[in-house]
Amino acid sequence: MQAHKMPEPSHSHFGGDIRTRLQFRGPMRPDKIEIARDPRRALARLLPYLKPFKWTLGLVLVFVLAYTLLGLVGPYLMGVAIDRFIAGKDPAGLARIALQMLVIYALYNLFQLAANWVMAGVSQRALKALRRDLFRHLQTLSLSFFDSHPAGDLMSRLSNDIGAINQDVSQNVISIIASVLTLGGILVAMFVLNAWLALATLLVVPIMLWFTRFVASYTRKGFQELQKHLGAFNGVMEESISGQKVIKAFRRNESTLEAFRRHNQAVYRAGVYAHTYALLLMPLTNVLANFFVIVLSGLGGWLALRSLVTVGTIATFINYGQYFIQPLRQLANMYNAIQAALAGAERVFEIIDAPPETPDAPEPLGLEPVRGQVRFENVRFAYIPDIPVIKNMTLEAQAGQTIALVGPTGAGKTTIINLLNRFYEIQGGCITIDGVDIRMLRKEDLRRKLGLVLQDTFLFSGTVMENIRYGRLDATDEECMQAAQMADADHYIRQLPQGYDTPLSERAGNLSQGQRQLLAIARAILADPAILILDEATSSVDTRTEARIQGALLRLMEGRTSFVIAHRLSTIKDADRVIVIDNGEIVEQGSHQELLERRGFFHHLYMSQFKGQAI
Amino acid sequence: MKHIRKLIPFVKPYWGRSLLSLALLTAVVLMDLAIPRLIQRIIDQGIRQNDQSVVIQTALVMLGISVFSTLFAVGNNYFSVQVGESVARDLREALFLKIQSFSHGDLDRFPTGKLMVRLSSDSAALQRLLQVTLRIGTRAPLLMIGSLILMVNTSPQLALTLIPLLLVTSGLIVLFSVRMAPLFRIVQQKLDRLNTVLQENIAGARLVKAFVRADYESQRFEEANEDFTRNTVGVMRFMSSMQPVLTIFVNIGVVTVIWAGGLQAIQGDLTLGQIVAFTNYLMTTMGPLIMMTMLSHVWANGMASAQRVNEVLDVQPEVQEAPNARTLPVEVQGQVKFEDVSFHYDSSHDGAVLEGIHLRAEPGETVAILGATGAGKSTLVNLVARFYDVAGGQVTIDGIDIRSLQQEALLSHIGVVPQETVLFSGSVRDNIRYGSPQASDEQVIAAAIAAQADEFIQKLPQGYDTHVEQRGVNLSGGQKQRIAIARALLPRPKILILDDSTSSVDVETETKIQDALEEWMQGCTSFVVAQRISTVLKADKIIVLDKGCIAAQGSHAELIRSSRIYQEIYESQLGDGVPGLVEQGVIDASA
Repeated sequence: MQAHKMPEPSHSHFGGDIRTRLQFRGPMRPDKIEIARDPRRALARLLPYLKPFKWTLGLVLVFVLAYTLLGLVGPYLMGVAIDRFIAGKDPAGLARIALQMLVIYALYNLFQLAANWVMAGVSQRALKALRRDLFRHLQTLSLSFFDSHPAGDLMSRLSNDIGAINQDVSQNVISIIASVLTLGGILVAMFVLNAWLALATLLVVPIMLWFTRFVASYTRKGFQELQKHLGAFNGVMEESISGQKVIKAFRRNESTLEAFRRHNQAVYRAGVYAHTYALLLMPLTNVLANFFVIVLSGLGGWLALRSLVTVGTIATFINYGQYFIQPLRQLANMYNAIQAALAGAERVFEIIDAPPETPDAPEPLGLEPVRGQVRFENVRFAYIPDIPVIKNMTLEAQAGQTIALVGPTGAGKTTIINLLNRFYEIQGGCITIDGVDIRMLRKEDLRRKLGLVLQDTFLFSGTVMENIRYGRLDATDEECMQAAQMADADHYIRQLPQGYDTPLSERAGNLSQGQRQLLAIARAILADPAILILDEATSSVDTRTEARIQGALLRLMEGRTSFVIAHRLSTIKDADRVIVIDNGEIVEQGSHQELLERRGFFHHLYMSQFKGQAI
Repeated sequence: MKHIRKLIPFVKPYWGRSLLSLALLTAVVLMDLAIPRLIQRIIDQGIRQNDQSVVIQTALVMLGISVFSTLFAVGNNYFSVQVGESVARDLREALFLKIQSFSHGDLDRFPTGKLMVRLSSDSAALQRLLQVTLRIGTRAPLLMIGSLILMVNTSPQLALTLIPLLLVTSGLIVLFSVRMAPLFRIVQQKLDRLNTVLQENIAGARLVKAFVRADYESQRFEEANEDFTRNTVGVMRFMSSMQPVLTIFVNIGVVTVIWAGGLQAIQGDLTLGQIVAFTNYLMTTMGPLIMMTMLSHVWANGMASAQRVNEVLDVQPEVQEAPNARTLPVEVQGQVKFEDVSFHYDSSHDGAVLEGIHLRAEPGETVAILGATGAGKSTLVNLVARFYDVAGGQVTIDGIDIRSLQQEALLSHIGVVPQETVLFSGSVRDNIRYGSPQASDEQVIAAAIAAQADEFIQKLPQGYDTHVEQRGVNLSGGQKQRIAIARALLPRPKILILDDSTSSVDVETETKIQDALEEWMQGCTSFVVAQRISTVLKADKIIVLDKGCIAAQGSHAELIRSSRIYQEIYESQLGDGVPGLVEQGVIDASA
């Protein structure tokens, strides 16, 4: 009698597939088989996320307990029905017990439904909290963290790892509880009914465990291997597809195809190995289950013939046996998922544990209003210890001045900007604004006073208006449009399909480089900073747009202290002071004209573009 | 369905193994169906009749059956996995081969990300479809039909009573399957949104900090997070309710059988064993139905993937080699001519990108191309290598229309430094040698010296053996560009195309590169696309492109006098600085 043997293993297998699909539509990802370094610690840190739901979880526990017990009663009643009423020819009793069974089963399914229903909410809410914490923490991390972790890397880590945890928390927690409870309940029930048959049943446990571990070890090895090959294969694919134009130009199709084939074949082999082993568990546990039924009917029959046991008890035992094997099988299936989840959790907590930016001074000073006098005094800085990027630099900008920073790539121009914004902390000397050490200010206040227009204009998905408003969140539509007008962006925005409400696609692919720059300038105008920091774009746009950008920048710089990493001649010419930097040191400073006349480094740099040219 | 059918040829080579897998599966199903019958036998003829030998005998038969069934199941698994993996592998290779035949226009239409999805997740979805179909997909209906037959066979009357139940359950299953796909789609959208916020936040970290927008961003994330969570909870609840809801019906069936069957048994129309067998068959009918709902999901995914895969496989590459294409003569002169060339991208842009281009580059000349972004500069030089086909007119090399040439032969005489620098993982040396794998180390170094790359390569940790990471992340933009230049120079091509390839190199180095090129590329025709006017000053011929037409052409000396647009560009970049320089005698004004 194999009643109630729902196809759960295959169900959970599929469920896994579907839930994985829920996570992330990225490159091919096999079922992850990973092991957490310190599973207990990872678990301990995940649990607090469930704490707000402790009462709800208690309720779930009650439901699970209830349906586990009801699940045990069902087969028992069936045995009774067969033994006492059908064999005993009692139609009225049969009707009664059938009704009882119906109620029991209905309650069983209802409680199961309720448990699943509540748990889905709890697990997703807990995960949401984890995502929120992660994101909040991400906001506090210093820029060096982002500079040292490539965005793509970070992204895939975040989405995959949370996905792995998701799979675990939601479905498995409940299954584990149910499995363990069922196992315990059945054991007790079986020993109460018949100790000999119960002992025979227990024989299965070690065999089952051994099988599972045996198969699991091969499966894990297989998937690890597959993952390794897939990683390499994905790399090869990505490289050859993104480089296809170059491959074609250099006529390397053949060798590329060869490499592709090699990796493709390796993935095939690893895939066959891993999946064959993974699928081995099902038939093997099936045969065990059958074996178990056979032993029970054999031994039970033998005992029944000696009147040591009734037919109904044997039927109930066979039925219980299925209930007994099922959780064992599930626990085996879940083992890998749980390991992967904990490994994912570990990596998520690694990010949450990354140290945040240097905290603000305990009693920060205010800074109102800002005149905009900026001074660097003997500033020293290195990204990597012992490789100084800024060496003992002293420079001063009077309020309202425009300072052009000039120098070869890698000289340290961008670093100066990073230091002024406190994206990175100086390691010696000090930086003051209006005579106040910037370390004494709150970072927020400091950054609000500084306007930043970067070379790589970053826009967010959202409308044009939202992107301008990013500069000052409480600005009205009119103020945003005014800013756009000042940035000379208004006329082209109005030509867009939906004007200011035009949504910008990801990374603003529907705007030209020049248009994006104008938008970024509008954003900075709206923010109305006291001090302006500009990283002029090198990639040139057409001459007319460039003139526009130039004009917008000039309007923006008016009346503000401005630091400009200068590439355009006009900026250098119009600057109050040009600071020439090389190797982290100021090598020259003065006006454009002075520096040219000095015929030093700047002169050399400046002339190199005309060198040898006949004009 | 149409799209799946188109992919059937991929399964053909493995039809033997697929059939074997299906045959094994059928055997497993038959054996599975036999077990309830045998239990029935133990109860009815063994225990009820007090016959120990029947119990033991039947138990042994069952044991034998289950051993075989396991072996068959393992066999079915193995072959289905093998077929699935083989087909996926072949599919990936077919896709890759197709992508390799793509011309630039096709590649523009399919960005790398899209193609990657097709090669990885789409082919994986199809593999899953095939594997699952070969295992559960066939097993479930077989089991269902088998047990239905056996149910009717055991007791037609009892089977009839269950029909309404079966109908309701089937209806429910259809309902679940139909509602599942759109639910998942919505969740996927919400997830994409969540990922976008995260992605932008990470990529724009500098800006978020500069504008002190951490709170705003957290709020944005929270909204997306809440939206995603709410929808996921809905889907999870829907999914997790499916099993209990369907089981309720199965259990109602079981109780019905016990009750109705029991009544019959009391009247003696049915044996105890038959009732037990009947309930078992009932379970086997319902179980597969639940699997089918899952299957519908795999199928829906598979069909969507098949469509995307076919999109790629159906592409006819834009640039096709002529059937009787010929090779170039051994001694290529390198004279390039554009005769009334026009060009437009058929899908992405309407209107012509290039119009009425007449251009003549004599062997050994350097032609510089100047113009605003979007003026068509890159397109123009790409036509020389026939990365795109002209829409009108013709491009000739030494008087031969390049469309009549073998692509291989044409490209072997052309060196290209593309706008977007692409390096491959491997050593710096391998990268420089990419175009001529047989080149000696000395030749590699010579090319690197000419590209002003030798100096920084020597300073790298392992010099020329330094490993270039994927997409060259461990090198700066300027360094990558110089390696790309060295790569193009190494084979000493007759025609060199530099597509804005020194944009990340500082002006001083750029000048050095130009000087070195002059020597290296003696007698070779080069096309230089440039943004900086300083790059083009020395060219034999400067082409000023404006909105797809040649606005002016000539040497710098000619253009600075005659062309308004050239003057405008010149002013904006070097402009007023220059007269001062001339007065100071820095620049030789006499030329």
